[in-house]
Amino acid sequence: MTATSRAEKERRLTYAQAIREALAEEMERDPSLLLLGEDIGEPGGVFGVTQGLLQRFGEERVLDTPISEEAVIGAALGAALLGVPTVAEIMFSDFATLAMDQIVNQAAKFRYMTGGRTSAPLVIRMVTGTAGATAAQHSQSLEAWFTATPGLKVVTASTPADAKGLLKSAIRDPDPVLFFEHKLLYNSRGAVPADDYCIPLGEGRVAREGSDVTLVAYLYMLPRALKAAEMLAREGISVEVWDPRTLVPFDRDGLRRSLEKTGRLVIAQEAPRRNGFCAEIAAIAAEEFFPLLKAPIKRVCGTNTPMPYAPELEQFVIPDEERIAAGVREVLYNAVRAAPGG
Amino acid sequence: MQSLASYTPAFLKELYRKMVLIRRFEERAAELRSLGYIPGFLHPYIGQEAVAVGACAALGPHDYITSTHRGHGHILARGGDPRYMYAELFARRDGYNRAKGGSLHIANIELGIIGANGIVGGGIPIAVGAGLALKQARQIAVHHPDDPRARRADGVAVTFFGDGASNQGAFHESLNLAALWRLPVIFICENNLYGEFTPQHKHQTIRDIATRASSYAVPGLIADGNDVLDVYRVVSKAAEEARKGHGPTLVECKTYRHRGHYEGDMGQYRPAEEVAFWLEADPIKNYRRLLLAGAICTEEELQALDEAVEQELEEAVAFAKASPHPAPEEALEDVFVESYGGRALL
Repeated sequence: MTATSRAEKERRLTYAQAIREALAEEMERDPSLLLLGEDIGEPGGVFGVTQGLLQRFGEERVLDTPISEEAVIGAALGAALLGVPTVAEIMFSDFATLAMDQIVNQAAKFRYMTGGRTSAPLVIRMVTGTAGATAAQHSQSLEAWFTATPGLKVVTASTPADAKGLLKSAIRDPDPVLFFEHKLLYNSRGAVPADDYCIPLGEGRVAREGSDVTLVAYLYMLPRALKAAEMLAREGISVEVWDPRTLVPFDRDGLRRSLEKTGRLVIAQEAPRRNGFCAEIAAIAAEEFFPLLKAPIKRVCGTNTPMPYAPELEQFVIPDEERIAAGVREVLYNAVRAAPGG
Repeated sequence: MQSLASYTPAFLKELYRKMVLIRRFEERAAELRSLGYIPGFLHPYIGQEAVAVGACAALGPHDYITSTHRGHGHILARGGDPRYMYAELFARRDGYNRAKGGSLHIANIELGIIGANGIVGGGIPIAVGAGLALKQARQIAVHHPDDPRARRADGVAVTFFGDGASNQGAFHESLNLAALWRLPVIFICENNLYGEFTPQHKHQTIRDIATRASSYAVPGLIADGNDVLDVYRVVSKAAEEARKGHGPTLVECKTYRHRGHYEGDMGQYRPAEEVAFWLEADPIKNYRRLLLAGAICTEEELQALDEAVEQELEEAVAFAKASPHPAPEEALEDVFVESYGGRALL
């Protein structure tokens, strides 16, 4: 390896830059790949993710769309069914509600309904979670709606390096993939390899090694879980932070390997507690790995409320590192109750 | 009715044969369902045959259609094989969808059939996507003529839907998008005067759905949906514009379904005189008369065509009856292309 490429390998990018790089590399690799979305062209996307792609690849491939989520997702699906891979952006994942027929009734089921005789290489980038005071219609974490729909793969990228490698896998995947990106992660930085790498769907990652408790976290809960682990380390508690990276497929083996080390499980999630994906993870652990568990499972989740506007209300609703740490202590000592809603 | 002089007898006879094939396919399907061979829904296309046959006659090998819950007519008109269609309706392994779809979901991309659809309006945005892929094929043909996708550079996408679907957001969003991007898409509204059980005047304030085209600055044309040659003429015109890169057209075909919304619905919400009027306007009966009056065929030739259709359907039914049932565990197949060693199913 040359000195230059090593320097490139160590470069740090934002999560938004890493996503843009994945899109650009895949557009270079496959000249038929199309991008569709509201304001993704000239404006470069509301969060700047697609900046420069229109200039680089032209308006035949970077398609600014009207505000018509149902038609946009349907168009992306129709093109994909004819062998043209597409990446559509849903500017705020809340707006996926306007495209639910195309996502849930059409894209998710097309291959199955046709007895395996069709394939839809479609990625829907879902901009998810709160951006801070974005209130009830621009902040939701809806991933569990889609994990409950067979036929969709669901990716939750939490670091810049993972965002690049997972998005490239999602684009090359022959099935529909919902790719969740968290708004508060767009400006986070991390080392991103410069080379052409893919991270396979269905492989979790140990984000921090530990031995007392497994703390599962993804999207914006991951940096908070890492902060909680740091705080707890000062108290002598060794937390293993595990990021599933993809919810469908879900890396059961990765979860099992971590529980074999720790025997305790805490799951952090931004979405409301009720029917969240954390419930699925808890159920997998309880059904399949019960003999490994030394303590009851703990979920630390958003409250069962819409997202409020005021910062102090939002802070109450979404778990922070203190609340996550309290959840870990509860599992370890079975004494201290977690904060409200946790 | 049209002048017959500009068409070849073979073409005119094929239109007749296709319409009879659809009519008899549907009548037999209803009977087979009553005998217990078909476990699911049927939405008979009887009465509307001229629309599917006239429209699909205007299409070529690189064109695509999306269909509806009332889809058998479109699929047969587009070249669907009655054997695999009956097998699918019978929920047998040789069906087009290997018994995973049924009537509402029959698809075959190779034949240009992107699928029937169980959701009213659901196929319309998908056809816009097909139009996008076809528009891209024009670029591919210029830059990469050897790419197999370049072959469909002259392709158009046709989306069939009903008067009911013209009230869905999907219709309006899709027509706007196709107009904006000048996509080669033909929107064919089969106005059969009922959205499920509700008459048109109770579900929209207009009579001519074609007028909705003006909101999107695209042509809106009306065809006599019970006249196969009129449908052919109007859709051919729309296809020619689309192939030239002039964008979409909305074609409204005025027609009527002879039966209820689905097999089992007696359609008693329809006035008797209305039904009688439209039975008199039967597209097959009238076209048959036209062929005889124009000396295109003799009565004997038409009877021979009818008998050939019966023979084909008889064989198709026998094929479907002989086709095996799926094994229960096949339910787990076909969720994904790539299931990561089954992990994606867990």
